[in-house]
Amino acid sequence: MTVKAIVIHLTDNVATMLVPAQAGHNIVARCGHEDMVVEALQFVDVGHKIALRDIDLGAPVIKYGQRIGVSSRPIKRGEHVHIHNLQSERGRGDLVRGPSF
Amino acid sequence: MIWSVDQAFRGFPRREGAAGTRNHLLILPAVVCANIVAEQVARALPKAMVVTHQHGCAHIAPDRDQVFRTLVGFGSNPNVGATLVVGLGCENVPAEDVARAIGERGTPVECLLIQKEGGARRCSRKAVQVCRLLMKDLAKHKRECIPLEHLVVGTECGGSDFTSGLAANPAVGRAADLIVSAGGTVVLSETSEFIGAEHILQARAKTEAVAEAIGRIVYAVEAEVRRAGVDIRGANPAPGNLAGGLTTIEEKSLGCVHKGGASTISEVVAYSDRPIERGLVIMDTPGHDVESVTGMAAGGCQIMLFTTGRGTPVGCPIVPVIKATANEATFRSMREDMDEDLSPILKGQLTIEDAGRHLLGLLLEVASGRQTAAERSGNREFAISTFWRSA
Repeated sequence: MTVKAIVIHLTDNVATMLVPAQAGHNIVARCGHEDMVVEALQFVDVGHKIALRDIDLGAPVIKYGQRIGVSSRPIKRGEHVHIHNLQSERGRGDLVRGPSF
Repeated sequence: MIWSVDQAFRGFPRREGAAGTRNHLLILPAVVCANIVAEQVARALPKAMVVTHQHGCAHIAPDRDQVFRTLVGFGSNPNVGATLVVGLGCENVPAEDVARAIGERGTPVECLLIQKEGGARRCSRKAVQVCRLLMKDLAKHKRECIPLEHLVVGTECGGSDFTSGLAANPAVGRAADLIVSAGGTVVLSETSEFIGAEHILQARAKTEAVAEAIGRIVYAVEAEVRRAGVDIRGANPAPGNLAGGLTTIEEKSLGCVHKGGASTISEVVAYSDRPIERGLVIMDTPGHDVESVTGMAAGGCQIMLFTTGRGTPVGCPIVPVIKATANEATFRSMREDMDEDLSPILKGQLTIEDAGRHLLGLLLEVASGRQTAAERSGNREFAISTFWRSA
């Protein structure tokens, strides 16, 4: 099967698309030597992230095995993950209380 | 094609074991008011490397110091065979002080002041005469065999997208590991692009002091953003990064820090400061590509490995900047601005290990005189990072 997305680390809950994903397509995501299949719920452009699991509101998004931010909306497996539903925890001078760093 | 790694390059020997990958004549205004002379010399002597900038006066102390150190470091970089410093005569980063400091570092230097010469035009005519003599001396310098341990390699990423962290930066990181294990020095920079990944760097710090310094410089960037009361998103990641799939600064940083490879981090230096230690060092620079490259050149880097996803032509007047991308579409559409196509990594046709060795082979060729795309295109960007508004 053609690999369409890369998962960098086993604990990641997002994969990065190597080609555009159309809604309804089954995406083969490779992590090391293991493949998994995710159905795209919407269009996800090349280079963008697709959720491998459901992610609760405020839960961490994991890529490279590390936190890259928290969800700002509940995310379903197969959804596009980007600025509309993923916010950063760092460099947030716009927040009244500032980052927890 | 796998290049065999020959642990030497052909460079211009300088004082104290340093060596240049180039042998430039540099025209360096100490202040914005002297840019006109530099521009006129550039027209008369196309082979001279000329910079212009917006600084040199009305700086309060921390900026006066930073601009001074950057000009001195840039003007005495091992790639510079001789420098002409040009001032107005009343600037608060005095041209004569800059020239004296460059001379103390062993670089042949001359200095002219517009007010002393009787105006910009007279100063330009004198500058051209002085430069012609300097160029005659430069022609006598010849390349010799120089061990790799005398290389200080700057690393940079600009116009990053999803391919940067997945492929291009890890390949540069592998080349960095090879350079460090051969006794050379690699500089990792762009402090805002450590935010979210600094713990990974701190875990590899040589000493507690180095780990603490990494934390301190990252905290300083976030303090600035809090002071401005804004989300850093939009500035970094920039709109192109966001369009290219990078969503948060943490995600970008986790991809960026791969450029430094896996070596122990031996030192953290301020913007434009020369590292004392060898191996992998961090320089505190902004995420602004041109300011960052300028700072690393001022700190003594003789060559740069620069990855891009979206594509950028940025170069440097005195340091060859090698441009590598793992985005195949970018490599094709911006072919004239690119040196290396790393997209085979994402297709599973090239390992990170082999890509790193290949990059090192290319780096040694460029260090020995092979032109980069940016040099061919005449990309000579220069910018100095500052903290405060002018007084």
